[in-house]
Amino acid sequence: MLDARDRQLLEQIQTGLPVCPRPYAEIGTTLAMPEAEVLERLTQLKQQGLIKRMGVIVKHHQLGYRANAMIVWNVPDNLVKQLGRQLSQFAFVTLCYQRPRQAEWPYNLFCMIHGKDRETVLKQLEQLNANCDLVGLEHNILFSRRCFKQRGAVYQPTNTTSLTHG
Amino acid sequence: MLTPLHKSLLNDFQRDFPLSSRPYQDIANALGVSENDVLSALTELSENHLISRIGPIIPPNQLGVSTLVAMAIPEPQLQAIADKISAYPEVNHNYEREHTFNLWFVVIASNAEHLQAVLDAIELETGYKTMSLPLLDDFFIDLGFKMDFHNA
Repeated sequence: MLDARDRQLLEQIQTGLPVCPRPYAEIGTTLAMPEAEVLERLTQLKQQGLIKRMGVIVKHHQLGYRANAMIVWNVPDNLVKQLGRQLSQFAFVTLCYQRPRQAEWPYNLFCMIHGKDRETVLKQLEQLNANCDLVGLEHNILFSRRCFKQRGAVYQPTNTTSLTHG
Repeated sequence: MLTPLHKSLLNDFQRDFPLSSRPYQDIANALGVSENDVLSALTELSENHLISRIGPIIPPNQLGVSTLVAMAIPEPQLQAIADKISAYPEVNHNYEREHTFNLWFVVIASNAEHLQAVLDAIELETGYKTMSLPLLDDFFIDLGFKMDFHNA
């Protein structure tokens, strides 16, 4: 599905498209790939869902979305999919995942809400609980405090190892 | 100060960025400005740290494997340990959150062995346990933001 050239292209483009008149040609030059092939491969990757979306990635914190909460619930396994899809319908939910429970962590359904302030996020949580029949289920809300590092996913090329300082 | 052009670039081009030879020219045509206006405005947004990049959102576990990791670190040591963890190139989105598990970050690696090696190295270097919560199913990964400039 993802051949070596696709992989190289994604690795090259993941840190950002140059801001210049022919950005795809420039990416192509680095990879010795014609501009037309860059465009064709990116179009296909998007159709295949290997690029979820392509565009301007904003820094939400700087733009006023300062209350950032991860909300977690312990829901019955047979309802996870249905509830996950329901939660995803709300415009203020930016991410929604199923993750495994662990010994000290009973929660299996995760979502993120990015809001302008804490009160708004708490109201939105109430709305989710009420609308998705989540009232009474074990849950937790983890507001973020400090951000130590924030950047998009940067996939390390296959052969690098970076554990030298570990 | 955000101009109408800045606002439009922030809000209207988070998805479906043109896949064409002159994407910035296409945007300029759509907005009735020059390509140069678009290039300058995007450079300004980038320099003012309002955008992180123009690029793709790649779903997890396509180019490699990833997991969300939580650790419970005593407050006085948190900054120092967080800094050590942030130094790993495989780590991103390293946050303090309000919980006993107060440090949360994502580890991305090319394969499962490499991922485990990073977790092992972190435990060895910090002396604290990691709790790994790999993705089982994603219902929605988008991270688009509707900009509300009335209150911004």
